[in-house]
Amino acid sequence: MNPGNGILLSVLASSLLPGLVIFAIAEHRIALRTTLNLLGAVVKLVLVGWMLWGVAHGQAYELRLALLPGLDFVLRAGPLALLFVTLSSVLWLLTTLYAIGYLEGSPHRSRFFGFFSLCVTATVGVALAGNLLTFLLFYELLTLSTYPLVVHRATEAARRAGQSYLVYTLSGGVLLLAGTVWLYSLTGTLEFRATGFVQDLDASHHGALIAIFWLLIAGVGVKAALFPLHGWLPQAMVAPAPVSALLHAVAVVKAGAFGIVRIVYEVFGVEQAADLGVTLPLAGLAAFTILYGSLRALYQDDLKRRLAFSTVSQVSYIALGVAIAGPIATIGGLVHLVHQGLMKITLFFCAGNLAETLHIHRISEMDGVGRRLPWTMGAFTLAAFGMIGLPPVAGFVSKWYLGLGAMEAGQDWVVLVLAGSSLLNAAYFLPILHRAWFRAPAGDGFAAAGGRHETGWLLLWPPVITAAMSLGAGMLAFIPFSPLEWVQFIGRREFIGYE
Amino acid sequence: MTAAFYALAGVALVVLGLYGLSVQAHLLRKLLAVNILGSGVFLVLVSLGGQPGAAPDPVPHAMVITGIVVAVSATALGLVLMLKVAAASGRPTLDDAPKEDRCPKE
Amino acid sequence: MPEGVSLSALAALPWDAVLILLPLTGAVAAGLWPRSARPIGLLVSAGGIPILVGLGTAVAGTDGLHHAVGGWGAPLGIELRADALSLVFLATTALVGLGVALYADSYFEPTLARWFWPLWLFLLGALNALFLSADLFNLYVTLELMGLAAVALTALGGGRAALTGAMRYLLATLLGSLVYLLGVALLYHATGTLDFGLLGQRLEAGPASRTALGLMGAGLALKTALFPFHFWLPPAHASAPAPVSALLSALVVKASFYILVRLWLELFAPLAATAATGQVLGLLGMAAILWGSWQALRQPRVKLLVAYSTVAQIGYLFLAFPLLSAAGLPDAAAWRAVLWLVLAHALAKAAMFLAAGNLLRFGGHDRITDLDCVAQRLPLTVAAFALAGVSIAGLPPTGGFIGKWLLLEAALLQGRWDLVTVMLLGGLLAAGYVFKVVGHFFTPAATRHEAQRVPARMEWTALGLAVLALLLGLAPGILLPWFDSAVVMPMAGARQ
Repeated sequence: MNPGNGILLSVLASSLLPGLVIFAIAEHRIALRTTLNLLGAVVKLVLVGWMLWGVAHGQAYELRLALLPGLDFVLRAGPLALLFVTLSSVLWLLTTLYAIGYLEGSPHRSRFFGFFSLCVTATVGVALAGNLLTFLLFYELLTLSTYPLVVHRATEAARRAGQSYLVYTLSGGVLLLAGTVWLYSLTGTLEFRATGFVQDLDASHHGALIAIFWLLIAGVGVKAALFPLHGWLPQAMVAPAPVSALLHAVAVVKAGAFGIVRIVYEVFGVEQAADLGVTLPLAGLAAFTILYGSLRALYQDDLKRRLAFSTVSQVSYIALGVAIAGPIATIGGLVHLVHQGLMKITLFFCAGNLAETLHIHRISEMDGVGRRLPWTMGAFTLAAFGMIGLPPVAGFVSKWYLGLGAMEAGQDWVVLVLAGSSLLNAAYFLPILHRAWFRAPAGDGFAAAGGRHETGWLLLWPPVITAAMSLGAGMLAFIPFSPLEWVQFIGRREFIGYE
Repeated sequence: MTAAFYALAGVALVVLGLYGLSVQAHLLRKLLAVNILGSGVFLVLVSLGGQPGAAPDPVPHAMVITGIVVAVSATALGLVLMLKVAAASGRPTLDDAPKEDRCPKE
Repeated sequence: MPEGVSLSALAALPWDAVLILLPLTGAVAAGLWPRSARPIGLLVSAGGIPILVGLGTAVAGTDGLHHAVGGWGAPLGIELRADALSLVFLATTALVGLGVALYADSYFEPTLARWFWPLWLFLLGALNALFLSADLFNLYVTLELMGLAAVALTALGGGRAALTGAMRYLLATLLGSLVYLLGVALLYHATGTLDFGLLGQRLEAGPASRTALGLMGAGLALKTALFPFHFWLPPAHASAPAPVSALLSALVVKASFYILVRLWLELFAPLAATAATGQVLGLLGMAAILWGSWQALRQPRVKLLVAYSTVAQIGYLFLAFPLLSAAGLPDAAAWRAVLWLVLAHALAKAAMFLAAGNLLRFGGHDRITDLDCVAQRLPLTVAAFALAGVSIAGLPPTGGFIGKWLLLEAALLQGRWDLVTVMLLGGLLAAGYVFKVVGHFFTPAATRHEAQRVPARMEWTALGLAVLALLLGLAPGILLPWFDSAVVMPMAGARQ
């Protein structure tokens, strides 16, 4: 028997089972719920660490269960899958801690944490999926399990945001389903392969393949917030801060971006995709989304909305790196999957702290908050520098590889896009930093908002840790098991011919 | 020849029944129309059953007797329901219900 | 094999006759002794499952059991037949029936329960008899019995909406049966037999068989509430008591569909001249999906929404008719998908109606926009509705998804993009109407009001059925071979 069966199932179960149990736990049993949450998160981390070690040493993990005739439910832990699994399980632990602090005393926490755990289960499933059908199953499960989190506040605005979230994501799901079935009817297999599985089809199917490509990309593009499918993301900001963090950094948009990687590389194969002439339009769309998101972010006063449009922009770096189709650019795109996650989750945690501690939601209210919340704003500043792409924070590494990769692939225009986007990033982040650090607090200088310095430790430590990790991922980019090293390992081991 | 005549008469009854069912508003008339329709079907069944010159085929007769029993019980149920509808709504028809209790898009 | 002896002894028992006689006897007993109606009703509803297991063991490995009741065979006697296809429908009936019976036990007050139990057992007996009948006339009789029991159950709640709904239902169901019977008369005239086996040998393509198919198809489509014959369904299903709505939507409309499947697979599809009829039924199915879903989306009340959802979901069942294999025979893969959808829809739709009944009991109304924080106060009911809705919308990981995937695959392999598009669109609309309700589960209503207590069992039975619909999607491989033989065997019999 394959040694992977037990461990792959355990990785899923480590969040699924606590989630199901938590649903049944009475609201007031906080200690039990917290224990279960953290136990699941820690167990998952240990299992993932084990698999990382194994995969780095040549071990392969695969689990295969018969689902339908000719189609299996497949989980496979390759280097690429583990990149996403590691990101989500590390950030899940931190987000859980943060959410415990953030939701202290608020109602319906059992429901919240139950769906929270289901959501992470689905994300890990998306990462580990070994064929397109398994991917689709978890991708839809992710939609369904995040919906109750988006409407958690149970206000009319939350209901509307949830509705719009579902309209976008379920429509995307339908396109993904259509593309998947169509592809299956042509190829008879949906198994992810390093070089794709469509190359055996003869030329008469090229039209169909192009249509399938765009169906699939539109399907995952909704979650990856590719223009013009990004509309749900800013609206979903009514959700509590840990949910926004989860949507933006860990689960939803990343599942979409990861889907683009899988589709371009392991469904079509990058050469086949380039032959079909679909990668260049995808790169163009991603580049447009990068600039469009940044421009829109510039005009938002609501902090979370500005961050949301920033996400729209930043996630498309991943799509861009993949679509340029050169090995170095792909390194940049993949490593940004991790780097953007670390930086963006920091920003959302900090925005949550501002809202929770000082009831600040708008940028125009942020004058002088750096004096009141120095650690929070310190973390925010670091992450914002990373987003702009200043060395030595992680964002710089991504942009460096993206730019280098684009030049290598002969796509010089991408450098212009990157430069323009960095300028725009600076234009929408630096004024926030300026207000926070260099302006005097308005009125009573936050005296009314409690005498305590800083905020609760459960709210403070997660952003400080993720900010430190973004710095570490940039400064220590070349040590073993750093995101960059691992992505280069993916490049050597899997598909992109990187030496 | 007579068989064909009865069969055609049966078809005519069916058509008449269908017409009544769709045109008449009063529930009693609708139920009568269903019964006429049923009689038409039974007539067709019996007249088409036997082969000319052969001994009468017992199967259609058995079927028609069963069918008549079913039709009688259905009519009884229909009559009771009609009375209840009339008692509840004040008129022995299906539509013309006051606005608030009416199913939307009906 | 040591169990061989006991298995063959089990196989020898007349399970099929028991499956019919037990509910009918129970119905009479429950009617005669109202005080014992409840234990009788529950016992008989639960008894269906072991009997079905017995029948299943007897049928397994054979190509169908035939049983002439009292030694009288065709043409005059009553012949029963059990094969994999009937088992699919019998099992659906037994599962949903048990769930609904457990629910109804808490739902009805004694005055209504007195009538519910005999009528339900009568309906159960009629359904089982229908799924086991081997000739066209017995099918007519069971169809009528089922219709009368269903109409009486619909009217059970009293009140004007329920009574007029039941009356309209009665007229529609009588009309449907009589038109079906007219078709039977024509077939008898053409072939001199009503037995499926003999008909399969004697039936030939021609005006008589075509007219018969048209009449029987129209009558059964009316009873199955296929668009545009669906007019009677929403008022009846929406105004009946919740457990009755569940039975009607999950089981009763499927019974007439079962007859249609039998006729199609065993008798008519092998006649080449019926392809056009298949196309028409497919078109009506597509129209039903779009129209029913659209109407469901705009309903202001939960039960009406669920009822229109049934109109739409019935449409999916008709999408296999236009799909033919290369040899011009029915596409087995498509039919397998449709039978899967029959089971998945029955479980999910029953769960949805039961959940709607809980909402109605809880708030005293089922207006969607006035739902008042039910997600917080009735979490089990909400979970049941949402899970069942996810299956109805065909989203993974549910039984509904598996059925839709199989059907999509079959349609795509034949290049039927029209069917594919409608199915995908229908799924999206279904998700739309399900989550329209789910969204309002969370929010508070504008005017708050006192809530009634909902018995725990009513919540758990709804959730139980929804979870079954979910489980169906987790390991479909276990059941699929059975569904395969349910399609292949009738077709093989037809070709002999």
